Amino acid sequence: MNSPNHEVVNVVIAGLGGQGVLKASDILADAAFRSGHDVKKAEVHGMSQRGGSIASDVRFGARVLSPMVPEGEADFLLVLSPDQVEPNRHHLRPTGPGRPGGSLITPEAIDPAALPNRRAVNVALLGVLSRRLPIDETAWQDAIRANLPEKLHAVNLQAFALGRATPHP
Amino acid sequence: MGSAQRLLLSGDEAVARAALAGGIALGTGYPGTPSTEILETFSALGGKAQWAPNEKVGLEVGLGAAFAGGRALVTMKHVGLNVAADPLFTAAYTGVDAALVVVSADDPGMASSQNEQDNRRYAEAAALPMLEPSDSQEAYGFTLAAIELSERWRMPVLLRLTTRVCHSKTVVSLDGAPPAAPDGAPHFRRDIKGRVMIPANARPAHRRLRAKLAEIARWGETCPLNRVIEGTGKPAGLGIIASGIACVHAREAAPEAAVLKLGLTYPLPLGLIRAFAAAHARTVVVEEGDPYLANAIRAAGVAVESAPEIYRFGELNVGRVRRLLAGDATPEAAPPPGKPPQLCAGCPHGFVFELLRKHGCIVAGDIGCYTLGVLPPHEAMDTCVCMGAGITVGLGMRHVLPPAEARRVVSVIGDSTFVHSGITGLVEMVYNKPPTGHVVLILDNGTTAMTGQQEHPGTGRALDHAPAGKISFEDLARALGIANVRVFDPTRETGALDRALTDALAADDLTVIITRRPCLLAAGKIRQYERAAGACHEQPES
Repeated sequence: MNSPNHEVVNVVIAGLGGQGVLKASDILADAAFRSGHDVKKAEVHGMSQRGGSIASDVRFGARVLSPMVPEGEADFLLVLSPDQVEPNRHHLRPTGPGRPGGSLITPEAIDPAALPNRRAVNVALLGVLSRRLPIDETAWQDAIRANLPEKLHAVNLQAFALGRATPHP
Repeated sequence: MGSAQRLLLSGDEAVARAALAGGIALGTGYPGTPSTEILETFSALGGKAQWAPNEKVGLEVGLGAAFAGGRALVTMKHVGLNVAADPLFTAAYTGVDAALVVVSADDPGMASSQNEQDNRRYAEAAALPMLEPSDSQEAYGFTLAAIELSERWRMPVLLRLTTRVCHSKTVVSLDGAPPAAPDGAPHFRRDIKGRVMIPANARPAHRRLRAKLAEIARWGETCPLNRVIEGTGKPAGLGIIASGIACVHAREAAPEAAVLKLGLTYPLPLGLIRAFAAAHARTVVVEEGDPYLANAIRAAGVAVESAPEIYRFGELNVGRVRRLLAGDATPEAAPPPGKPPQLCAGCPHGFVFELLRKHGCIVAGDIGCYTLGVLPPHEAMDTCVCMGAGITVGLGMRHVLPPAEARRVVSVIGDSTFVHSGITGLVEMVYNKPPTGHVVLILDNGTTAMTGQQEHPGTGRALDHAPAGKISFEDLARALGIANVRVFDPTRETGALDRALTDALAADDLTVIITRRPCLLAAGKIRQYERAAGACHEQPES
């Protein structure tokens, strides 16, 4: 593949409006930025605020061109609502010769009883994702603090740590 | 400059940062996805920003500021420029003393709009220079360039953005020298021939405008906004001409191609384009929306390939550009359907739409959250065209329908939309009253909800939520001579609202019903603003 983007990591985060899809993608993009990567993040605001389907693309690496993850090129698909898995599965990179397909991460990865707050499931799933990404743990923590109000820091840092400690295939 | 501050910004935020660095004295406009965050960010950064009741007013206020020597930024979504087109075309004739930058944020693919018009057409139609950034870095740099261009040629400049430029976040280095300060502090300079567009003055003004454009076209041939980015393939092979977001998609889809990246897309650097096309075996224009570039380039006698018609619809992306370059015109698979948006559970609008459904009303609707009343479970809307058309389209139907059907017609309009374009509809209703009268419902939820809860003249608070003058819809309607003006809380007074609606539909008279209850999402913040305003009033003067 003669693409200048071959070193780019593609993540799609999907769910329903109000679940924290955009907040999760803001934290991921900020953490990648703080780790020194070039970053682009794309999403559509507006109608999607009203409980409809919403997806946000985050791409990072040495050099990113388009802000949108090309169809079928997502290395990771993080879905916050179980009913949004199928409508978004087409984003995932299919398994190719000598290369595994993209990974799907859903709330099933997290033990709900261990979650400090149900609202923090988006950040907990970022913790699961973080095990697979070249982003420093301190960059994640700084990004969580920078993108959330102070009163939510402790809960979300705890949720992130829970996800980061969760083994995922 | 090596230590310039680096930030991860949306295109909207980058325009706001540049507005601040570029000494914009006044930012104005009307909220509209995807442009809204520009003025909100500019205000949060300390700039003077205000919401106008509509885009025409915003542009006129900005023009006045620029006449008086203050730099102005006016922001709107693509359809907003239709509303502001009247001042836009003649502002091109008058020109300005200080910079006037007009942002048109287009929405290809209609993520949150009623059409996907391509506002690059406005640059040519109004004869104004147009800049198109591809990412947030360029949104920052091109805003500064627009300020400079506007003052160098003393004319308004269009900064044309699209959804993916406005809302994508990319890394921005806040470098680039800000434009020099305008000539002196704002002051009035009398210039009757330049500013008073009676025909005798407008005829030479049109000639001056065309002369300026010819100069800008010459400047554009070598200006840094237009440049060639070499590809990884062999030279003289594939050449791509692109602007805006299409440029980054094209560079990713065809890394081997050389790209002529156009930042100034009106007037076009036709010499540069001609030379680029001549130097490549195959030249393809990659553009989102209408074949604006391709048609202009072909009209100049330069042979280029362009996209098959199917790519005129919707947004481009890397996959579509790959297919476009392959000349693939086969029908594209529709993406899997997602869950449509809907009114929030308990939304005050929902109570109104249930009543309209029960009464079997023919509903002339309008633009806002309440347009979602068209979707299940309510399905209580029959038309939605543009801001304000709820009232006037309803009147048109009342005029021609047989009386029994005409009496079922109601108009529904939100509070911010009413201020934007509904007031003249009420005037029309009083002046040209249909034989069966009419019923207008103003759904007042105390905010511009759909675009993210912006203030408007009916809330009595300014863009930054500080207290401001307040328009009373009921007083306004009564002052126009409408006798039946009623106000209800749609959630708590549903029964009374139902009875009032029954009476209004039976009477061959004019009725305005205001359903007033704050948006569920905004109610908490509105209470905070009101408390803060109360606290201010109680403080003794120092």
